[in-house]
Amino acid sequence: MLILECPYCGVKAEETELSPGYEAHLKRYGPGASDDEFESYMFARKNPKGVHFERWRHVYGCGKWFLAARCTATLEVFGTYPAQTSAPPPDLIEAIKAKRPGWEGYK
Amino acid sequence: MSARLAKGGRLIDRSKAHRFTFNCKWMRGFEGDTLSAALLANDQMLVGRSFKYHRPRGIVASGPEEPNGLVNLGKGDRLEPNQRTTTTELFDGLTAESQNHWPSLENDIGVVNNYAARFLPAGFYYKTFLQPRAAWKHVFEPIVRHSAGLGKAPKDRDADRYEQAYAFCDVLVIGGGVAGLQAALVAGRSGARVMLLEQTGHWGGRAPVDGVEIDGQPADAWVKTTVQALEAMENVTLRKRCMGAGVYDHGYVLADEKVADHTPGDGRPKHRLWRIRAGRIIAATGAIERPLSFAGNDIPGVMLAAAVRDYVVNFAVSPGDRTVVVTNNDDAYRTAIALHQAGLSVPVILDARLTATGALPEQARKLGIRVETNRAIAMVQGGKRVKRVSICAQAGEGAVLEEIACEAVAMSGGWSPVVHLWSHCGGKLIWDEATACFRPDAARPPLNHDGSAMVIAAGAANGALPAADTLADAHRAGEAASKPAGEAPKATAAEEAPMEAVWLMPQGAPVKLRAKAWLDYQNDVKVSDVQLAAREGYESVEHTKRYTTLGMATDQGKLSNINGLAVLADALNEHIPQVGTTTFRPPYTPVTFGALAGEARGEIFQPLRRTPMHDWHDAHGAYWEPVGLWRRPYCYTQGGESHEKSVHREVLNVRNNVGLLDASTLGKIIVKGPDAGRFLDMLYTGVMSTLPIGKCRYGLMCNENGFLSDDGVVARIDEDTWLCHTTSGGADRIHAHMEDWLQCEWWDWQVWTANVTEQYAQVAVVGPNARKLLEKLGGMDVSKETLPFMQWADGMLGGFRARVYRISFSGELSYEIAIPASEGRAFWEACLAAGAEFGVMPYGTEALHVLRAEKGFIMIGDETDGTVIPQDLGLGWAISKKKADYLGKRGQERSFLADPDRWKLVGLETLDGSVIPDGAIAVAEGKNANGQRNTQGRVTSSYHSPTLGKGIAMGLVLRGPDRMGEVLDFPKIGGGSVKARIVDQVFYDKEGAKQNV
Ligand SMILES: [Zn+2]
Repeated sequence: MLILECPYCGVKAEETELSPGYEAHLKRYGPGASDDEFESYMFARKNPKGVHFERWRHVYGCGKWFLAARCTATLEVFGTYPAQTSAPPPDLIEAIKAKRPGWEGYK
Repeated sequence: MSARLAKGGRLIDRSKAHRFTFNCKWMRGFEGDTLSAALLANDQMLVGRSFKYHRPRGIVASGPEEPNGLVNLGKGDRLEPNQRTTTTELFDGLTAESQNHWPSLENDIGVVNNYAARFLPAGFYYKTFLQPRAAWKHVFEPIVRHSAGLGKAPKDRDADRYEQAYAFCDVLVIGGGVAGLQAALVAGRSGARVMLLEQTGHWGGRAPVDGVEIDGQPADAWVKTTVQALEAMENVTLRKRCMGAGVYDHGYVLADEKVADHTPGDGRPKHRLWRIRAGRIIAATGAIERPLSFAGNDIPGVMLAAAVRDYVVNFAVSPGDRTVVVTNNDDAYRTAIALHQAGLSVPVILDARLTATGALPEQARKLGIRVETNRAIAMVQGGKRVKRVSICAQAGEGAVLEEIACEAVAMSGGWSPVVHLWSHCGGKLIWDEATACFRPDAARPPLNHDGSAMVIAAGAANGALPAADTLADAHRAGEAASKPAGEAPKATAAEEAPMEAVWLMPQGAPVKLRAKAWLDYQNDVKVSDVQLAAREGYESVEHTKRYTTLGMATDQGKLSNINGLAVLADALNEHIPQVGTTTFRPPYTPVTFGALAGEARGEIFQPLRRTPMHDWHDAHGAYWEPVGLWRRPYCYTQGGESHEKSVHREVLNVRNNVGLLDASTLGKIIVKGPDAGRFLDMLYTGVMSTLPIGKCRYGLMCNENGFLSDDGVVARIDEDTWLCHTTSGGADRIHAHMEDWLQCEWWDWQVWTANVTEQYAQVAVVGPNARKLLEKLGGMDVSKETLPFMQWADGMLGGFRARVYRISFSGELSYEIAIPASEGRAFWEACLAAGAEFGVMPYGTEALHVLRAEKGFIMIGDETDGTVIPQDLGLGWAISKKKADYLGKRGQERSFLADPDRWKLVGLETLDGSVIPDGAIAVAEGKNANGQRNTQGRVTSSYHSPTLGKGIAMGLVLRGPDRMGEVLDFPKIGGGSVKARIVDQVFYDKEGAKQNV
């Protein structure tokens, strides 16, 4: 029963208000993409034990999708931010690096 | 004999006697008794039978760790199986029955299993699977079935109600012993919002029983003062009889408050399930005493030393005139002293250690109690109760030195902190060599959302076992959860000398003794079973648990876990921390389903969605079918006709006259904006941007894999507005799907969506007389010329604001009319009135299905299952070849989806006119690698067609469309098969003449 703060409405939403939406910052591969590209887009999703960027929807709240950086092992939440971006905010990256010196980055 | 003492009992009120029955025998107890205490007071030593061998079982413990004292409590609609006698508070009129016995507790025929014990070793269940199949069916299964099962499942609907409550606090303290009270006091004084939960009906835990003094006063007095101080604080909430069941992510805790277990039928909810969100959790859950592993340690009358003390001090219950104490630590001497002070005899204290010179052993000696060191129990003699013990040297192999007659044995193998709540969310443990137990590792706690420690262990639960340490540790925990609070109160109790780990008694016990030394009393797991598992290669503690069933009983290993682990470690020649523990999972003790369900039962089990015409349907014979959260009429029965007859009548009436369908549940999503057309072109496989205003187009939606996900008719409303119909079950999902792509991928596109499913009622008017009905309503030109097939028009129809779509899902002349939801019922009735002279009748979802199947129309969820692409269903015509991209296009380009050997949609016509069972599989020649018949197709929809007077079906068949006329064989469950010919799936009006009039 995670708590994630919705970056749109500011509500500290309980997991029952949210619906999950797998890995964040995926690049879509459509027609013209190679089999390998399509496979990596559709099936080779990250599943790290540690820092993970993922999509959540505040489905029983404001209805907005947002992104969250979370440790899958300890459930520590590093931050949430709007989904309309193709990369995590730099200050969030810095904050995670400070907390997890060995972290290899989000890519 | 166990009996009630004439004096004492700090928890009982002798002025209030209660009568109760155990196995139909009337007994007497007092207010304040647990059922265990009352049973022992009535000399009911034998309370149950073990699971596998049906061995006699007596009460071992005094708390929720009890493995044996399990009863069917109550009767009829208040029957509850597997209730622990140790945690059941006695009330007047209580009825209890023992479990797992046949025909009676005293004379159990199942005890034969006992003599067959060597045929039921560790892993028995798994080993039986290796035998020939016939042996399982005729030999093992009957034995296992007869042995299996503890209590009876209640047959009646639960008479009680349950409620759920939400709470929020800064500090949640679980456990109301002196540690929990002190931690709550510290946190409460800091001003934090505090909740304090205690699983029993009284505060203070063990300290008052153990003779602890706090700040110079007896523990009882300190507890009373402290509870009063807490009750006086507005920021503190105290709940008794409230068990902290589980700790979950980010400070979420479930707790089960047994509000009225002890006052059944008084009108209050039986339980209240608390859903608590806590900033910080303090686990002050105490510790549980471990049994010792010696032969005969399961005979009724062998109890945990602290439990014996509890029964004597709290309930004035004697376990017997003579109790032998056997221990590896000083704490058990308290039991000997308590028995002595109650005027009972302790013939001997057997201490496995080489020396016993602490304050408590010295006190025992001074009282004249015989203390023997380096001694062990070789064997307890007795059947249904203890008769005597044979004594041997702990260092030896069991040679008997002496026999002593006694009625009870009080054993103590040391204490294990209750680390469950600490561990539920990943808190790590360390092995404490000095006290031979796992305790929380403060450096590796479970974490909160901000990375701080979510749980703080306090007192005995943190491994701080002596009373002075417990209180100081709890004070520190309270400070850690709030702020510094000065000096901690001082607890004083007799100093204890170090304990010594003893995992087998005597240490060199031969197999004859080890096979009678129980680890798990309820599941009959012995030392020899764990050793056998280790010899058979089970090295992982998780595997050994499942193989031997150690710790899988209703107590979840509260007593057996550490002892079993130690035996396994020894057998593997490993250290205990290397072997590790099994995983602790919620709930700490069982939570009844009633509490978890709460109010969500019966009519309010889940929300019910009703269309505006719901009540009309209900009043006119609707036979309801659940569709998601909606209820839709499956059919409307008339007179005494069967549902099948109703469906046939409704189908024929649509084909011959006119039918009305409540289509309000159909998903309706408005998509609007400058980029709406472009967006819909990405969402649908076809082109929607070019759809002219006023027209409708059938569309397919796929997921990125290319698999068909939903279908429906799209209408172009104006220059930048489209209305998308979805399936009834798909509206919310498709709306979310649209928002997902708009917000996360194409966020710069100017598109807005609105799910208006419930804003409109929708009525399908279907059949050759449909136009006549609408013309009778009047107000709109619905002629073929003005409103041709696949167009829509707005207008006033019979005085209603209507949008009329000329679409058909039945092959008949058909209109679907959307009206504002508030006018739905009135419009429905207006249609019935207008259609009376044209033979109008309502029809339900089953007729809808039959009608569409006769026309070969697919249904999402029947013809699709998440692995089917539109091309499999002959819907290639609805896929644009010109578009550069749409969701699923790249997925559909994968080579295997172009494989000509895919199963494709065809019609199936039985040779004998019968209906093929839905889901039947067409078999092919030969067998696959697993020896199963090869398959070449399956039935996706199958109905009796009243129009054609025979069975019709659709199915996906290997190369189906290329094999028209071939006959397939569909075996039936239970023998025989149905033969069906592959045909075109359009069974009715292939030319479409009837809908286009
Ligand atoms: Zn929100």
